[in-house]
Amino acid sequence: MKILAWLTGILGVVALYLAFIVAPEEAVMGPPQRIFYFHVASAWTAYLGFLVVFVASIAYLRTGARKWDRLAFSSAELGVFFTSMALLSGMTWGRAAWGIWWDWEPRLTSTFILWLVYIGYLFTQMTAEGDEKRARIAAGLGIIGFLDVPIIHMSVRWWRSLHPEVVRPGKMQMEPMMGVALLFAVVTFTLFYVYMLKWRVRTEDLRDRLFHLKEIMRQRGAAASRRG
Amino acid sequence: MGFLSRTMTVVWKDLMVEFRAKEMLLSVLVFALMVLVVFGFAFNPVEHDLSDIFAGIMWVAYLFAGTLGLNRSFMSERVNDALQGLVISPIDRSSIFLGKFMSNFLFMIAVELVLTPVSIILLKYPFHKGALLLGAALLLGTFGFAAIGTFLAALASNTRASEVLLPVLIFPLLAPVIIAVVRVTDAILGGDVSGVMPAFRFLAAYDVIFLAIPFLLFEYMLEN
Repeated sequence: MKILAWLTGILGVVALYLAFIVAPEEAVMGPPQRIFYFHVASAWTAYLGFLVVFVASIAYLRTGARKWDRLAFSSAELGVFFTSMALLSGMTWGRAAWGIWWDWEPRLTSTFILWLVYIGYLFTQMTAEGDEKRARIAAGLGIIGFLDVPIIHMSVRWWRSLHPEVVRPGKMQMEPMMGVALLFAVVTFTLFYVYMLKWRVRTEDLRDRLFHLKEIMRQRGAAASRRG
Repeated sequence: MGFLSRTMTVVWKDLMVEFRAKEMLLSVLVFALMVLVVFGFAFNPVEHDLSDIFAGIMWVAYLFAGTLGLNRSFMSERVNDALQGLVISPIDRSSIFLGKFMSNFLFMIAVELVLTPVSIILLKYPFHKGALLLGAALLLGTFGFAAIGTFLAALASNTRASEVLLPVLIFPLLAPVIIAVVRVTDAILGGDVSGVMPAFRFLAAYDVIFLAIPFLLFEYMLEN
């Protein structure tokens, strides 16, 4: 845990240095292009988070072990967080590059829908009744939601092809140092995700244990009052 | 009893309940009508030509109303613990899902049969051809909606906020259907049938996938 924290911190500083100082400035877009490193890293981590939700959901339905549910929930929370970061950074980029905050750009739009899907997932986790039932229906949602992601992506691309393409920089020529900066950003974000996930799962574990201890206390209290 | 007849038992039960109570069909129908009237007031079909957005308006009305109906589909089973009865009856879960899906699908189609001519008249759409293709688009779009909607309605019925939760869950996941079906409906109504087949194939693929996955998952979703 501690090593991971240090590693993430150090890599984070390196990634910032690479992205802001070492990587060359993009000719057309200028400084705002540097958002790109953190934008891509956020999006990648978000997808990773949702993949973990998917796998943990399947594992939960197969085994019924509560740890999988806790893992899925924790990862979904982080996934939503990183999706929000990807959306916000994408919008900032859009503002800098095209002058508008939101232009229904296909990838950003499907990311937005993805965000809504997992907001729904978290909402379900929070409002479902009964502990085991909650875990089961959340797992169902975690599976079907993830399988829908590529289809949503496809349909949004197709939908946008109706509209004229807005002027935007073509495929960016990546300088080698840009690639390195991106790689460091992605690795840092991934480690940060793993670190946060560990804490989040631990919190859920503790919450679970506390719940059981309270249950035991209540039973003992009831038994004592019967005797007294 | 074979698998199919078990499924049909569930469908038959739902139809019977609906026939006696007449609560879902009517409320869905009236609600959809309200949505159309609201759109009428908002866009004013007397002064504006709504042809360009007609397909979108129509589907918004159907999907909003349909969500209302889906909510009823499992919530009504909570009264007197009817769902418990369904689960312990000698009908497997997949049959319950398939039966519920089929009754929801039938209800929606029935509503659309009434609403489509009504919306064409109310919004003054100059409709003259493509009735058959339009029917196919309605069937394919409604199939996907009912398939994933039935599954999500079952999930949402287990939560405190089910009426609010269902739309929150359904519309993002349904985005591909909404996009494809509105687009293809628009094309059919506009008389341009060149892009219809790819859209139909896409919808059919979505329908199959999102009937099959809930069908497999449903086993785990209801209480033991």
